[in-house]
Amino acid sequence: MIQTMVLLVDDEADFVETMSKRLTKRGLGVLTAYSGQEALEKVDRDGASKVDVVILDVKMPGMDGLETLAALKQKHPLIEVIMLTGHATVESAIEGMKRGAFDYLMKPCNLDILVGKVDQACRKKRLHEAKILQARAEMIALRRGD
Amino acid sequence: MADRNQKLYRVLTRNMVLLVVGVALAPLILTGIVLLSQFQEAYRAKVIDHLAELVQKHSQNIDGFLTDRLANIRVVARSYSVEMLADGQFLRRNLALLREENGGVFVDLGLIDSQGIQQAYAGPFNLAGVNYAEANWFRKARQGEHFISDVFTGLRGTPHFIVAVRQSAEGRDWILRATIDFEAFNALVENISIGQTGFAFILNHLGEFQTKPRYQVTPDRSPNLDFFKSHLKPDRVAVTEKTDQTGRKLILAEAPLKGGEWILCYQQESDDAFAQLHHARRVTLAILLIGGLLIVVVAFVLSRRMVNRIAEANKQKAIMNDKVVEAGRLASIGELAAGIAHEINNPVAIMVEEAGWIGDLLADEDPTSEENLAELKRAVNQIQTQGTRCKEITHKLLSFARKTDPDIHEVSLSEVVEDVIDLLKQKTRYANVEIKADLDPDMPPVAASPSELQQVLLNLINNAVDAIDASGGKVTVTTREDNGEAVFEVADTGQGIPEAILPRIFDPFFTTKPVGQGTGLGLSICHGIIHKLGGAISVRSEVGQGTAFTVRLPVVNRSTEGGS
Repeated sequence: MIQTMVLLVDDEADFVETMSKRLTKRGLGVLTAYSGQEALEKVDRDGASKVDVVILDVKMPGMDGLETLAALKQKHPLIEVIMLTGHATVESAIEGMKRGAFDYLMKPCNLDILVGKVDQACRKKRLHEAKILQARAEMIALRRGD
Repeated sequence: MADRNQKLYRVLTRNMVLLVVGVALAPLILTGIVLLSQFQEAYRAKVIDHLAELVQKHSQNIDGFLTDRLANIRVVARSYSVEMLADGQFLRRNLALLREENGGVFVDLGLIDSQGIQQAYAGPFNLAGVNYAEANWFRKARQGEHFISDVFTGLRGTPHFIVAVRQSAEGRDWILRATIDFEAFNALVENISIGQTGFAFILNHLGEFQTKPRYQVTPDRSPNLDFFKSHLKPDRVAVTEKTDQTGRKLILAEAPLKGGEWILCYQQESDDAFAQLHHARRVTLAILLIGGLLIVVVAFVLSRRMVNRIAEANKQKAIMNDKVVEAGRLASIGELAAGIAHEINNPVAIMVEEAGWIGDLLADEDPTSEENLAELKRAVNQIQTQGTRCKEITHKLLSFARKTDPDIHEVSLSEVVEDVIDLLKQKTRYANVEIKADLDPDMPPVAASPSELQQVLLNLINNAVDAIDASGGKVTVTTREDNGEAVFEVADTGQGIPEAILPRIFDPFFTTKPVGQGTGLGLSICHGIIHKLGGAISVRSEVGQGTAFTVRLPVVNRSTEGGS
């Protein structure tokens, strides 16, 4: 199975560093970004196929979590987003869910639970991609008149 | 503060009392004076007119009496011849008739020849044959057609006066003389009396009494005699007011009698004549006085009570104000708490992650490898750092949440500014706002409650940050000393306040934030606090450019001599 690629987005640098190390230890591929803007750039550059799941902090200066989510979903709808929220911003996380986020977690989070959700999200994404490929294949097959 | 209030209330009470008393008393007194003077005039005129009428009537009465008596005698003189009248018997019969017809007014009747010898006499006295040649009255009687004498004692020794008629027969004069009973005549005049001290008497031109006055009359009759000088026509009555020698005020009414030879004097003490008027005046004054007193007393009581109510209401208002300030403060704390909880969450999350990381490292095949040991050390340090960060944050919130200490301390403005900026660090970061503090290091301390000052700065800086939209901006806080005052300014590059709303921003419950987001109390609480500290707060703003709030506070007097 191809390695799950995760993009960690949070303005708190220390948090991102440690989290990144822990996820790497568990066998995930980790990219990091410290703002919503940076996150979008990285996804655009490396290609949607590379990043499977985005772990997104809700409260960030500049482009906040919801805005980043909206932008991601617009350009790369297949990428799944898991929202991380400090207690005061539960509403935003729920709002994000309504707009297509996969799930939300409260900070500080239990890493095992997080990894579990990441796996689920990744599987959903991969499944979806597979269906698309299959549909394409069938379309071609139909055209060829086999 | 309380003293200032006490003085204000005293002034207010005094003003109210003066106003009420003035407004109430003025018309009262004015009315009283006007009415009294009008009434006085009218009454006096009435009394005087009445007196004049009375005296005139009586004078006419008396003149009539005299005329009638004269007529009586003239009829007798012209009806009979001298010879008939010289008969004593005949005279007696005539006298009897006269007495019968005239109520006993005539005393006697006598016929006197040109020599002055009484030829015939009818009457109670023994006067036949008496010679009147030397008598005053005889001389006068011979001069005119008829004569009425003054009252005199004469030969008979009792006061009487004479009515005489002169007739001529055969070239010789003779006089028919009748005596009028003094008592009867006196009664006419004596009966004139009004009030307690009013009485009348008749004087001749020498000031001699012709009738017996009822009461004591002062010996000096000169006020009365002045009347003769005035040459009044008959039927005119002169009424004057004079003060006699004993100081009594008198009303004198005088009318001419007997063709001007006599005067009928009517005299009454002024006090008596105007008794009713004086009574009315006294009553009015009494009412005025009592009324005035009542007004003053009531004005006092009412004003005092009113001012007390006001004082009480003010006290309640002050208490309410304090409560509002407290409520505002608690609301601020509530807002802060949310922000701070989030702020704490970050270090906590990091601590949890680092702890988890340590767990991961320990679960590794070689937990004690050099690389791993270095990582363990780093993680542990990080945990400590973040833990300290949490501690600072909670302490900040605790210090702000401490119950408002109303005691005034010496507070360093710059310190408070730094504290508040720190509290709001997260908020400014997320709002994309750069916050800059430009603090004067030599700022003198101000006398204020530190928590209240914190509240003011918190409100101002919060508002400044809120005014800046998502594209970001700058908030500058400056402190400086200016002209013996401490000045701090909070300026932002936000949307500004339109001129139309500018005067209202300090009103309580006035807010331009949507419902549920702002209480509208922030600036009004700031305003209240600054004013309580004896300072002033002002604002400049331009739409699209930004806003600046300036606060001036009095400075604590520093010791100028050496010292610490």
